[in-house]
Amino acid sequence: MNTLTKKLDFGKLSLTILLLLFSSTMVMPLIWMISTSFKIEAEVFEFPLRLIPRQLNVIQNYAEVWGEKARFGMYYLNSIKVTVLTTFFQVFLSALGAYGFSKVHFKGRDKVFLLYLATMMIPDQVTIVPRFVILQRVGLYNTHLGLIVMGSLSVYGVFLLRQNMIAIPESLSESARIDGANHWRIFTQIILPIVKPGLATLAILKFVWTWNDYQSPLVFLNKVELFTIQLGMRQFASEAGMYFSLVMAAAVSAIIPLIIVFIAGQRWIIEGIAAGAVKG
Amino acid sequence: MSSQTNRTYKGENLTGWLFIGPSLLGFIVLVFIPVLFSLYLSFNDWNFLEGFGAIKFSGITNFTKMLKDEWFTNSFFNNIFFTVVTIPITTAVSLFLANLIHRYIYASTVVRVMVFIPYIASIVAVCAVWQVLFQPSYGPINYILRTIGIANPPQWLADFKWALPSIMIIYIWQQIGYFIAVYNAGLKGVSHELYEAARIDGAGEVRQFFTITIPMVSPTTFFLVTMGIIGSFKVFDHISVLTQGGPGSSSSVMAFYIYRTAFENFRMGYASALAWALFVLVFIVTLVQWKSQSKFVNYD
Repeated sequence: MNTLTKKLDFGKLSLTILLLLFSSTMVMPLIWMISTSFKIEAEVFEFPLRLIPRQLNVIQNYAEVWGEKARFGMYYLNSIKVTVLTTFFQVFLSALGAYGFSKVHFKGRDKVFLLYLATMMIPDQVTIVPRFVILQRVGLYNTHLGLIVMGSLSVYGVFLLRQNMIAIPESLSESARIDGANHWRIFTQIILPIVKPGLATLAILKFVWTWNDYQSPLVFLNKVELFTIQLGMRQFASEAGMYFSLVMAAAVSAIIPLIIVFIAGQRWIIEGIAAGAVKG
Repeated sequence: MSSQTNRTYKGENLTGWLFIGPSLLGFIVLVFIPVLFSLYLSFNDWNFLEGFGAIKFSGITNFTKMLKDEWFTNSFFNNIFFTVVTIPITTAVSLFLANLIHRYIYASTVVRVMVFIPYIASIVAVCAVWQVLFQPSYGPINYILRTIGIANPPQWLADFKWALPSIMIIYIWQQIGYFIAVYNAGLKGVSHELYEAARIDGAGEVRQFFTITIPMVSPTTFFLVTMGIIGSFKVFDHISVLTQGGPGSSSSVMAFYIYRTAFENFRMGYASALAWALFVLVFIVTLVQWKSQSKFVNYD
């Protein structure tokens, strides 16, 4: 028995090394990205490939990206504003709606919810033209407010939180009602604290998607001053396309904050994403 | 939806509508009206730049025109090709790796976190990186291919044949970590006793994988494949950033062609009709999957 476990452990160890090699290959493009962003342009395509630059050019590269011309600072502020507000509004609206659909018994509730569900399968591409036209008509095209409004509703968010709330026993809110609490109190003081994990999941998912969203800003914005980091990244790549070290410095700037947040809270994020699963 | 729903309080109706009000308003303005408007537009011709007056009823012309439109047919078949290749590969590789990571290695969290990073990284930035890696004449990938003796490596994103497969490589690379994470959640639910029992009966590791793991995680597989297919039908960002559907229309997909028709050519009627064609495709696939679910999925 003893030799058997030892043998197995050896197998386990070699498999571990094999999979660590595999996962390093998976992140290699990103490591190469970071390394290239530190290099001088002439060294970018030098072979054999080296990950540690011979000559460091970090400050110059990043100063260029964050400076007057490329304006990554501005894109960042735009992205932070849009992402934080969209996430906040979506979680809030979804929680309100989910409560209404799960804990308040009113006429027509289930019919309206069915209508919500029926539209879940319709791809964004179907509604994007009308939404663009509506934004144009109400004067919110080319505004952050318009972009935030567009991202604030998600049928998926309502659905996810409703699933959470429906699992809470009815007796809990019933007894609060008998004690004289109104719906608003039950919502804020009983239900919301219980579904905190669900709220966190939705907030994380929404934050990542909005930060990385490319299509909505592309359709709803065309003023450079309003660009989010994704549009800014594309803008910069088309302007500085020949300077690969600079493009990589821009890519690092766009990717790294989210990766740092991700590594810090990876357990939560992976579990949240695996549990929340679908995109909507 | 229990029997308790009958119990009502005074003002319950009003309270209910107040709670769902904000989200319902959003739903009506951002989903319900747009769906109807889009359906209406799909039977009309409309150049957006000429204003509302220019909407002209055109019957089913948009839909018949589609069949003769080379960009549409190419985009359509590219979508199918994209899905048929990426989803089975991603699913199979991910299940195999997830099982290894879950059962057979140390430091499983480290591996899972590392492979998940590409999924969380923004597509635009990731595409910028791959664009340089794929650079035909002096990019690192072709450099490596030349050193191992491939004299004429593909031109990747600039190549008629290789543009779409290049994007598929990036797509698979990004999705694997996500698939592994979801599989990991599924694998946690498989009890150790099953494997123990199989081991006592003399089943080897391979046998266990095929007779225990695969059937036991079939609900997860079903979920991932369904969502994966729908997601892959809607792929847009990669194409828009990397190839703009080119060279020619060789890497165009439906979502990209819809975007181009609507927001570069401003033909809103035709774009809406294209979007509904995409919907029909997604709808048929979902229907087929739900119908076939009982055959492949084991919910015990």
